[in-house]
Amino acid sequence: MRYLPHTDADRRAMLAAIGAKDVDSLFKDVPAAARLDQPVDLPAGLSEMAVERAFTRMAGQNLSAGCAPFFIGAGIYRHHVPATVDQLLTRGEFLTSYTPYQPEVSQGTLQYLFEFQTQICMLTGMEVANASMYDGATACAEAAVMAARVTRKKKIILSGSLHPHYVETTETVTKHLGLELESLSPDPFGMEDLMGRVDSQTACVVVQNPGFFGGIRDLTQLADACHEVGALLVVAVAEPVSLGLITPPGAMGADIVVGEGQSLGMGLQFGGPGLGLFATREKYVRQMPGRLCGQTVDQDGKRGFVLTLSTREQHIRREKATSNICTNSGLCALAFTMHLSLLGETGLTRLAKLNHANAVRLEQALRQVKGAKVISQSYFNEFSLYLGDDVDAADVVEKLAAKGILGGVAAARFFPHWPELRPVLLLAATETNTQDDMEALVSALNEVL
Amino acid sequence: MAEITTFSGNRGLQLEEPLIFEQGSPGRIGTDVDDAGPIDEDRLAGLARKEAIGLPDLSEPQVVRHYTRLSQKNYGIDSGFYPLGSCTMKHNPRLSEKMARLPGLADLHPFQPKSTVQGALSVIDSLAHWLKGLTGMPAVAMSPAAGAHGEWCGLMSIRAYHDDHGEGHRTRVLVPESAHGTNPATASMCGYSVDPVPATERGRVDVAALKAKLGPDVACIMVTNPNTCGLFEDEIIEIARATHEAGAFFYCDGANYNAIVGRVKVADLGVDAMHINLHKTFSTPHGGGGPGAGPTVLSEKLAPYAPLPFVVHGTDGLELVEHAEQAPGAKPFGRVKGYHGQFGVFVRALAYILSMGSDGLRQASSDAVLNANYLLASLKDVLSASFDGPCMHECLFDDRFLKDSGISTLDFAKMLIDEGFHPMTMYFPLVVHGALLMEPTETESKETLDGFIKVVRALAAKAKGGEADDFKAAPRLTPRRRLDETQAARQPVLRWKHGANAEG
Repeated sequence: MRYLPHTDADRRAMLAAIGAKDVDSLFKDVPAAARLDQPVDLPAGLSEMAVERAFTRMAGQNLSAGCAPFFIGAGIYRHHVPATVDQLLTRGEFLTSYTPYQPEVSQGTLQYLFEFQTQICMLTGMEVANASMYDGATACAEAAVMAARVTRKKKIILSGSLHPHYVETTETVTKHLGLELESLSPDPFGMEDLMGRVDSQTACVVVQNPGFFGGIRDLTQLADACHEVGALLVVAVAEPVSLGLITPPGAMGADIVVGEGQSLGMGLQFGGPGLGLFATREKYVRQMPGRLCGQTVDQDGKRGFVLTLSTREQHIRREKATSNICTNSGLCALAFTMHLSLLGETGLTRLAKLNHANAVRLEQALRQVKGAKVISQSYFNEFSLYLGDDVDAADVVEKLAAKGILGGVAAARFFPHWPELRPVLLLAATETNTQDDMEALVSALNEVL
Repeated sequence: MAEITTFSGNRGLQLEEPLIFEQGSPGRIGTDVDDAGPIDEDRLAGLARKEAIGLPDLSEPQVVRHYTRLSQKNYGIDSGFYPLGSCTMKHNPRLSEKMARLPGLADLHPFQPKSTVQGALSVIDSLAHWLKGLTGMPAVAMSPAAGAHGEWCGLMSIRAYHDDHGEGHRTRVLVPESAHGTNPATASMCGYSVDPVPATERGRVDVAALKAKLGPDVACIMVTNPNTCGLFEDEIIEIARATHEAGAFFYCDGANYNAIVGRVKVADLGVDAMHINLHKTFSTPHGGGGPGAGPTVLSEKLAPYAPLPFVVHGTDGLELVEHAEQAPGAKPFGRVKGYHGQFGVFVRALAYILSMGSDGLRQASSDAVLNANYLLASLKDVLSASFDGPCMHECLFDDRFLKDSGISTLDFAKMLIDEGFHPMTMYFPLVVHGALLMEPTETESKETLDGFIKVVRALAAKAKGGEADDFKAAPRLTPRRRLDETQAARQPVLRWKHGANAEG
């Protein structure tokens, strides 16, 4: 076995040093009834070539996004990741290191986490950010719990603009914590009244911007309404590229910003692993979940970085910790920060404009589709298309796939109990879409509708 | 040795690297982005960004050099021996990385129509098949993102079962004192109270104390096995029996499952739920702190409560169940994260599993246990072993050997850094004083272990020889020496700001 170095002679010599007659005797504490005397009845090991063959076969059963006109978003976005990112990401010193508990031999990880935290603050307009969470949905749930901790109130209002997976995850996380959740109906038109629901019992309102159905909104008044009654405004950002072009949540009064960082650096990966983003105001930092990297000096007075404020965390606080999170998404944070470093101010701004322009062009192209209408009043790079009163968008998606087009996702996939959403199709456009892709989508839609 | 100073601050291959915000020049770019071209009217509802973001502009070669230099300040498994107990720092196969990057697996969107992702669903299904087969458990929840997330998934399943069976009054969870901090934190996230169970002098759960604490209000026990002292809980079957008799469940923390893969089916121990850290046992990279994955195997009783989504075999190929009504009989407790689990981690774990096979996995756990016992046998006369062997995949020492030397566990660990090794886990588990927990893993050769043993023995002799000052000053040969953690916590500086983070 290529990963195991011992020869039989090595094993014999080591057993002799231990004073054990065989390896089985080292397992003597396992109750005899539970000891297996031979391998489990599953296939034996394969050569590198055979493993490659098996995976190539499984990969061949998929239609990969790059092989089709592709317009799917709904929280996971397809962007071009520069080759540099992955080449650097696979450096063994990054890939095969652990959480930086020994800072003297982990300054590489610690410095990029410090840079990542700074980038997240800049993008969101917030004061402090942590070193990442599992994904956007879990970060959102942690934000709701944190808001309840900060305000000592129990009511959590989840907007109908919020990604349904974020809603469901938050519902699960808060289930046994004695909190009251108000999950509002899906809101494709951006019509919901959030301010009317905020009262003295409210811990927080959670909204997504741009919303799940595409709409962008000014949250300033909502933030004021929250602050008037001592509630927090939590804003989720599922597409961080949008922050290159639109006003960040921090500038609109958000108290906590969470998000999904997958868009930069990581590619699609069938939706996982993700990168949970989490930022807040400085005054709440000790209530924040997740790891934090901070600047300090070493004993020679040189600037260096360490994990800090760990008294919030489970390995110290045990059942009183702010969260049980331990492993996070370090390598995904590295991919994100490398992609953002390559883009810089100039590149991210340009990328965001290009995404928006392509979405506007897609909307224009879709005007040639009979009966279809974009219902999002505003959007960044994704919007909702109403296909017509009796049209089943899920059926349309299948028919488009049969033509080799990955033409968005039906809202009904998330909301099976909302018949009025059956004709709604979510469509995203990024820098990866060409004019030809858009024309192919339009003509295919005209054929299947 | 005289201190060598340089004008640049660099020391040969040890290169100083400023923060990325201290570099660059506006107008540079490190990747091509096309110009957007004209559009008639934007659709931003008047919310276009007004302020600059503040990001630096760099060229591609500058970015490459920045991250290359940062990487050189890190120690990884690829660099050398990394015996970090309980973390399982073993070789990460590069084949797994290559497979995860096949476009047919990497470039897939989670919401593509199911007909276009049958291969991806079959990766999830195949991995689930292996995890069930190896553990002997009938079901597995694939979506948890990490070990602690898997613990929570297991306890949420248990709570869902109890609530569904009119046993909602069960709110107490028994957790041994030696448990990892995630266990009590997880229990409290499920609305449970935590009742600690003491350990015996043999480093195991005190079974009599545990039995005395069992009662009609206990929801479950959370027992790590092999435990955090690196020992197999030899009375585990009796513990499980008594737990079940009291109407409670046995949650097994599978953090140390790598010691027993292919040698024990955890179903035979009476386990009801256990998470598996794919990033430990199945060797997916730790990546400086994630991503991991924590699929959670479940017993027959708990299986119906597994979270959404999950893969099932349908009439027309594999199906992804995203809503409860798609699967008759299922009573999922909810959704634990976005999308369909840590797919990229699944591909890597499955590549490792297929490479090793059933025989190789058994050999791996056997060699892991052999290596830990070899370290224990070779060091127990100079360090103080906390418990008699045999141990499982890791061996535990405490700081009695440093008594009256003026040297702490931390000092000893820092000295190892100058010797070119990553230190062992320090001060965990909490049940012994000044713990040093060493996990060599099966991918280390005898030569590597012998080299480490030689150095540790020399350092132990040096410590006993009263050379405390040397230990206190370590490490001296790293890019940074000991860092002031008190200052970091007292006056937190958690981000760069223009003009505020000058080099110290």
